Amino acid sequence: MTLEILKPGILTTVQDLGRPGSGALGVSPGGALDAPALETANRLVGNPPGACALEVVAGPLAIRLHGDGWLAFCGADFEAQLDGRPLRRGWRAAYISGQVLTLNGPRAGMRAVLAFGGGIAVPQILGGGGTDLGAGFGGWHGRALAAGDRLPLGPGIPLARAVGVAHTEADGWVRALPGPEYEQFEQESLIWDSDWRISPQSNRMGMRLAGPVLARTTAGDLPSHAVLPGVVQVPPDGQPIVLLADAQATGGYPRIAVVIAADLWKLAQARPGTALRLRRCDIGTARRALVQQRQDSYRLARSLEGT
Amino acid sequence: MDYYLMGERAAVMQAPLPADAAVQRRLCALAGGLRAEGRYIDVVPGMNNLTVVFDALALDGEAVLAELAARWQDAPEAGAAPREIVIPVVYGGADGPDLAEVARHAGMTADEVVAAHSGAAYDVFFLGFQPGFAYLGGLPPALATPRRDTPRVRVPAGSVGIGGAQTGIYPAASPGGWNLIGRTAVTLFDPHADAPALLAPGDRVRFVPA
Repeated sequence: MTLEILKPGILTTVQDLGRPGSGALGVSPGGALDAPALETANRLVGNPPGACALEVVAGPLAIRLHGDGWLAFCGADFEAQLDGRPLRRGWRAAYISGQVLTLNGPRAGMRAVLAFGGGIAVPQILGGGGTDLGAGFGGWHGRALAAGDRLPLGPGIPLARAVGVAHTEADGWVRALPGPEYEQFEQESLIWDSDWRISPQSNRMGMRLAGPVLARTTAGDLPSHAVLPGVVQVPPDGQPIVLLADAQATGGYPRIAVVIAADLWKLAQARPGTALRLRRCDIGTARRALVQQRQDSYRLARSLEGT
Repeated sequence: MDYYLMGERAAVMQAPLPADAAVQRRLCALAGGLRAEGRYIDVVPGMNNLTVVFDALALDGEAVLAELAARWQDAPEAGAAPREIVIPVVYGGADGPDLAEVARHAGMTADEVVAAHSGAAYDVFFLGFQPGFAYLGGLPPALATPRRDTPRVRVPAGSVGIGGAQTGIYPAASPGGWNLIGRTAVTLFDPHADAPALLAPGDRVRFVPA
């Protein structure tokens, strides 16, 4: 049971739900940027929700599949084919040994998650199996996939038939709470009232936003502190950066807002050049959104039982 | 001590500045205790501050802040004697291409810079920037040197640098703007080791010329 990489795509990495307890070592949490897509794709192929899968940013990706099994892709919409036969996003499909899977795109969204029954069998390091590209460890030899790589899969469970789930499209809106330094900005409400253009200089560490300059009334750096995915930092140039899963574990820029955990996946799917809006919410809303997300995940798990 | 939330799933406690090594040791001891109890997703020290990341569905942020305040009251003033880590450094030459610049800025000879840098004891305040990178307090003020105008594209692993009033060691090759005064062969970060980072918050560090 092996994936033979024929064409690696632009930045295909092994990812899971990250290693969130390692901040004190200076290690970022990492993990798939669209975590709900990873969980859904894994559940579709009968894996535990946090099994290792592939995060695909852009094609062309081509993989020769050795051994029989099941696969599914979720998240961004790619033109996906198995030996030339189209595959649908959010559906699982059976494959047989020797078939070639191709992904081209994306047509919509930014990052797909491709899961295989049994999961990608890589060692757990610091509680996670995903790739830390910055530090060069985890996943497949600490790097993005290259042509010729052969990734082993774990043993999958037998599944009866192809099934699919409905897809929720990211809409360019994310909900956020005011950050600890929110009131230190001259016109703090600009963060909610502006269309922020997503810079092409965005990556797995952070999403850079361009728009009106956010001027601070208080000068000086903050004492360095832990940061998290979703924290919206404002460097001295006044252009905000939304931190993502591979952000450094600590930072010192003022924090104008924090994107709620339940909406982080939408950042993963927002494309450079498009507009992002932040909508202010309160902690109650943030928690209810998280409850909703977890309930959806459990409901999906139950609906797939015995299929 | 200031207590506040950062989003719906992180709580922060921040001591007043300027940063103080005794406060930092107390925070690190508290961090170790909280981590061992396993109630939180992550417990991360910063510069005289501590952040706990928690499951927002299981715990209420205000309750976490109250817990931190109560625990700070009970945290011992002085923990056990800090662990001392000695790091051999080859100063100057190809390993420390900016030693002369640091000496010029300090109005010292290169040998005096080496003596001052290796004569001081440093406290590990916290880790960040890269895995295993320790922010060290205790640089002799005379050695403080502004960061380079143009950062280097690649600083070799093990490089010992001075950036402003900070000194530190790059665990892995990376871009960097600090003035490089030497290099150590010691491994600072190994993700496969039982203790992946050589240095931990609360440790004391000494450099010795190799």
